[in-house]
Amino acid sequence: MCIFSTTVFDACALLCAASVSAPECSGGIDWFGIFMQVVWAFLSIIVVMSFAGLSVVAERKVCAYIQGRYGPNRTAIPIVAAIPLVGNFLKKNGLMQLVADGLKFLFKEDPLPSHVDKFWYMAAPVMALAPVLISACVIPFGFYVGDGGEIMPIAAANFDVSLIFALAVGGLGVYGAVMAGWSSNSKFPYIGAMRASSQVISYELAMGLSAMSVVIWTARTSDSPLSLFEIAHAQVDWWYCLTQPLAALIFLVCLFAETNRLPFDVAESETDLVSGYHTEYGSFKFGLFFVGEYGHMVVGSAIFTTLFLGAWNPLPGIEWPASWGWAASALSVVTVLLKIAAMMFFMIWVRWTLPRFRYDQVMRIGWKCLLPLALLNFTAYLIFASF
Amino acid sequence: MAIVVERKRLSLLERCYLPQIVSGLLITFKNIFKPRVTLEYPDQRPVIPAGYRGAPTLVKDSQGREKCVSCQLCEFVCPSKAIRVTPGEIDPGSPYSHIEKAPKKFEIDMLRCIFCGLCQEACPEKAIVLQDEFSINGLSREDFVRSKQALYAAGGVLPDRIMKWKKVKDNAELGGNR
Repeated sequence: MCIFSTTVFDACALLCAASVSAPECSGGIDWFGIFMQVVWAFLSIIVVMSFAGLSVVAERKVCAYIQGRYGPNRTAIPIVAAIPLVGNFLKKNGLMQLVADGLKFLFKEDPLPSHVDKFWYMAAPVMALAPVLISACVIPFGFYVGDGGEIMPIAAANFDVSLIFALAVGGLGVYGAVMAGWSSNSKFPYIGAMRASSQVISYELAMGLSAMSVVIWTARTSDSPLSLFEIAHAQVDWWYCLTQPLAALIFLVCLFAETNRLPFDVAESETDLVSGYHTEYGSFKFGLFFVGEYGHMVVGSAIFTTLFLGAWNPLPGIEWPASWGWAASALSVVTVLLKIAAMMFFMIWVRWTLPRFRYDQVMRIGWKCLLPLALLNFTAYLIFASF
Repeated sequence: MAIVVERKRLSLLERCYLPQIVSGLLITFKNIFKPRVTLEYPDQRPVIPAGYRGAPTLVKDSQGREKCVSCQLCEFVCPSKAIRVTPGEIDPGSPYSHIEKAPKKFEIDMLRCIFCGLCQEACPEKAIVLQDEFSINGLSREDFVRSKQALYAAGGVLPDRIMKWKKVKDNAELGGNR
């Protein structure tokens, strides 16, 4: 039910986006265009969701390897596990564990505590997942060569302010945490929600400012510098992580804070808050929070890839030539997905290296370090770009 | 009076925390390629050190004779009353029939056993030995009561060179005091 409602929510948002981004069809409604937009939307949701699922496995495996363990390698689905080579591969790499975990979340008893505010309690997990899926629709996963020989992004929705849209909708994800914390009517979720909201408010400023320095740099060559596609397109020669390392660093740190990843895990710090805002949740509703968290990471890594890691360009100074046609677009999609995977690995790697910051440290880093740094960086690039 | 600990003043590089993060990341990255320390238990078994007190078993000597003479000292000493011995005579047809007695039934309840090893210490014949079995399973309470056959099957042979009974046997065969 919840998945269905998120998908409907998503499709509606996309229809709006489609109607905004397709003004050229004047007479009558372009039903085929709308249908294709929905197909694209489902495709990008599938990419994000499967990435989220795989990163759960990757999290367990990488964590295990870093700690000298094997990780999940026992779970076997009877018939599939009997297939030679493939079955063993799936079993050893914990991919069947993923299926088992998913089934567990689906079929577990779904209790509704008597002390909660029922409507908001039910709405919170949807609110945690939906913004992630919506912001997934503006990510350019690659490019294709249009009829006129021009390069077009492979994205469900491509419009002029997609960066702002992604940041704004991505920031809405914290409403899920706040709603969960409030409606749970319990101490620890409440504290977790308060921490989550204050953390997101503190870090969104620095995040937006560091992204703005990228935007002004793109504005030198492009008419619509707030579009993710244009930003990606501008990074053929120099990736922005090379020309703007400080902005990239600030954005990366804020990304960790936005996605509630360790070391900024205060919103659900197990040691002091049981498990934070989703303490009162179980089974499928918890599963939605869980997937939403990982989906947020995937979308965040995709945005970081697009902003700073050169999007679909394989190396600084090298691009897939548009003359290769569909081969170039296939290669561009593979490049983007590989970069997202590398970013996911990095996020997991950091999680199992660093301890959690204290809450006051989180606030100090956000307001006293990152925000002034981002302001300085922005001002410096503003002055630099205007000459 | 509070004790003031002198702390080294951190340099700017140390305070910005990034070099420490990088070195930490390198350490964890190296760990990924180190061999795993996990023992994959049901497939790999741990090495049991000598003198380990696992499940108690009954042993035979190098000639295949049961060493237990059903003196019931183990039953007496057992603090958890896990051992129950029913003494009996040896079958008259057996070559050892005139030497000692043997247990008719010998049962150890593994649910009661606390692996203290007192039975092994008390046994004058070195017939009951705690060996290396540590994983004891069953589906019912009856499964955990080990019969004489099971105990001998688990125990095997203890190659002991001192055979107290042999002197008695030789004497008897020479027509000595019996």
